[in-house]
Amino acid sequence: MSERAVPTNIRMIDRDGLDALIRDLVGQGRRVIGPALRDGALVTGPVASVDDLPAGVIDHQEAGGYHLDTHGNGALFHNVVGPHTWKRYLYPPVRTLWSARRAAGGLEVMADDAPVPRYAFLGVRGCDLAALRVLDRVLRDDAFADPYYSASRDALFVVAVNCTRPGGTCFCASMGCGPRVGEGFDLALTELPCEDRHVFLVEAGSEAGTALLAGLPSEPADRAALAAAEARLAEAAESMGREMIPDVAQVLRDGLNSPHWATVAERCLGCANCTLVCPTCFCSTVEDVTDLSGAEARRERRWDSCFTLDFSYIHGGHIRRGGDARYRQWITHKLAHWHDQFGTSGCTGCGRCITWCPVGIDITEEAKAIKNREGRA
Amino acid sequence: MSLTAAADPMLPEPFGILRKRRELSDTFTLELEPLGGHRKFAFRPGQFNMLYVFGVGEIPISISGDPDDDGPLVHTIRAVGTVSDALRTMEPGGAVGVRGPFGSAWPVESAEGRDVVLVTGGVGLAPMRPVIYHVLTNRQRYGKVVILYGARTPEDVLFRKQLEQWRSRFDLFVDVSVDRATGRWRGRVGVVTKLIERAGFDPHDAVAFVCGPEVMMRFSVQALNERGVADERIYLSMERNMKCAVGFCGHCQFGGQFVCKDGPVFRFDAIRDIFSVWEV
Ligand SMILES: Cc1cc2nc3c(=O)[nH]c(=O)nc-3n(C[C@H](O)[C@H](O)[C@H](O)COP(=O)(O)OP(=O)(O)OC[C@H]3O[C@@H](n4cnc5c(N)ncnc54)[C@H](O)[C@@H]3O)c2cc1C
Ligand code: SF4
Ligand code: SF4
Ligand code: FES
Repeated sequence: MSERAVPTNIRMIDRDGLDALIRDLVGQGRRVIGPALRDGALVTGPVASVDDLPAGVIDHQEAGGYHLDTHGNGALFHNVVGPHTWKRYLYPPVRTLWSARRAAGGLEVMADDAPVPRYAFLGVRGCDLAALRVLDRVLRDDAFADPYYSASRDALFVVAVNCTRPGGTCFCASMGCGPRVGEGFDLALTELPCEDRHVFLVEAGSEAGTALLAGLPSEPADRAALAAAEARLAEAAESMGREMIPDVAQVLRDGLNSPHWATVAERCLGCANCTLVCPTCFCSTVEDVTDLSGAEARRERRWDSCFTLDFSYIHGGHIRRGGDARYRQWITHKLAHWHDQFGTSGCTGCGRCITWCPVGIDITEEAKAIKNREGRA
Repeated sequence: MSLTAAADPMLPEPFGILRKRRELSDTFTLELEPLGGHRKFAFRPGQFNMLYVFGVGEIPISISGDPDDDGPLVHTIRAVGTVSDALRTMEPGGAVGVRGPFGSAWPVESAEGRDVVLVTGGVGLAPMRPVIYHVLTNRQRYGKVVILYGARTPEDVLFRKQLEQWRSRFDLFVDVSVDRATGRWRGRVGVVTKLIERAGFDPHDAVAFVCGPEVMMRFSVQALNERGVADERIYLSMERNMKCAVGFCGHCQFGGQFVCKDGPVFRFDAIRDIFSVWEV
């Protein structure tokens, strides 16, 4: 065994080491997905080498606002989450579940047996790793398992990133989901760009991660680097501009009849942006379609949103007719009912719904407003 | 790696239509059997299946047959829209997709030894029929058994022949009311909740199962409470939009509950807090 193969939990790599990491993952036959610059936003896309990563790009996020800027230090991860989430890979926006055809004397249903991709996600933040744990509860570990989600999730390799520069709408610290990543990663990076050289601390969190790390050109993490990383993470947690009220679940349970729902409904456009960008929103609908000949049919599943009127339609009328009822459904599901259903919050504090709401409705502020209108403040 | 069919709860199984019976102008009963050959379809009273019509769509429909019977799978359906209308046009020899059974059941075991009051409205009698079959098969295990049924008009009285048969038994109390009398109807007129006031049962020990439109259930719970039936002994079957029946689609949420997997049958005290809240 060469010197660099000595397995320890935390090692240090440089940009070339990160490049080797990406190439190793590609070499394993994985589809490596990481941050990608598109249309003025950081989204996710295929990554083949370290040069594909958005060096020096930083994001400015606020309620209803987002823009990118550059930074001279060339840091790769001094930006946070954009409008994409990882769920689009494990739980695609549109997927054909099965197809059917008329057969002699009946009906034949054919399962989708396309191979499940083996992904590696690069740059998964604390909030989004928490979101994967949340989706696991919903789509894999509950009474029924979604086979596509389960299979692609089980095959997934996660390279997480500790956030040293939180975004303008983040509140993960108050949700217990960041800025340091929680459990469930294979490797976790902490970027240290400002020292005399640009390095990454790498922590292995699984056997697969340990094995991969052992094959990378790395060196032991020195004490100064470890201390610098700790200091940056502490500062990141401190500097987060928003927080969720700690008693939000009870506040919302008690606030179902609050007059505040009408107030927020005056601003909410019901556009469903918040649910589309949320890393944990899992609601979907199905559509049954036939081909032109009418001989073949298939069922497609699409992401859906509780903000649409049709979402709650039953014969006799829609249940949630008003925007007030629909906003209430969304926020109470996220922050209160999710606990009843899955033993966890449905919100990880990623801030996306705040940034991407066209009118800047802020989930942390709405929770506070319900609390104050209920006279509990 | 690829997905295996057996593990996919979204995959319907083809069933053939053996028989079709017209119940009312808009309501019919289908008897179904797996295309792969006969098999007893095990279910508990109150559970439902997702029925798929080729290329049209899939809807939740309760099982209306006898849980102790080895015969075909039985569904009673009211045609109200796209998929249920398509089902109505289907005939014996045709095929549908079936997924299920799903959901919670009426607690017929824990009701043993007590009076049982069934309060139903409209097509809500269909999901209750398995309970009636079960109770009749095990009649000695129950106290008084009361079936209260409300329909819009005499022409809308579902399972009319069966209701008459049941009414003629000495060990069942059956009372039917219509909202609006037509033709030669000489029975009761008025809402089903009125029947609760006069039915003979021990309110302090009875278990009540309620199934029908949400407003009807609301007033039924009130009437049962007024007679002294505690919330812990009242069960109702909820309806919400359903796109999956297995907890994936989120459509059926009712507060902290999923109607598809935590329900459709709920003990009233578990949903009391949200039952009276607007637009949940
Ligand atoms: C647990 C459960 C058991 C049921 N059991 C029966 C039964 O035994 N017999 C019976 O006649 N009806 C039953 N229903 C109601 C039946 O599912 C609806 O009448 C049916 O979905 C209407 O669909 P449609 O396409 O014909 O009508 P449309 O009005 O065209 O409906 C369009 C779509 O909306 C949704 N939808 C509409 N109404 C309902 C509804 N009430 N519940 C859930 N989703 C709805 C469906 O996805 C449907 O495909 C039950 C509903 C539930 C939730
Ligand atoms: S509710 Fe908003 S902040 Fe919470 S996880 Fe979803 S998008 Fe992120
Ligand atoms: S809260 Fe904002 S993003 Fe969400 S539906 Fe309303 S307007 Fe759209
Ligand atoms: S019907 Fe899809 S979650 Fe209940």
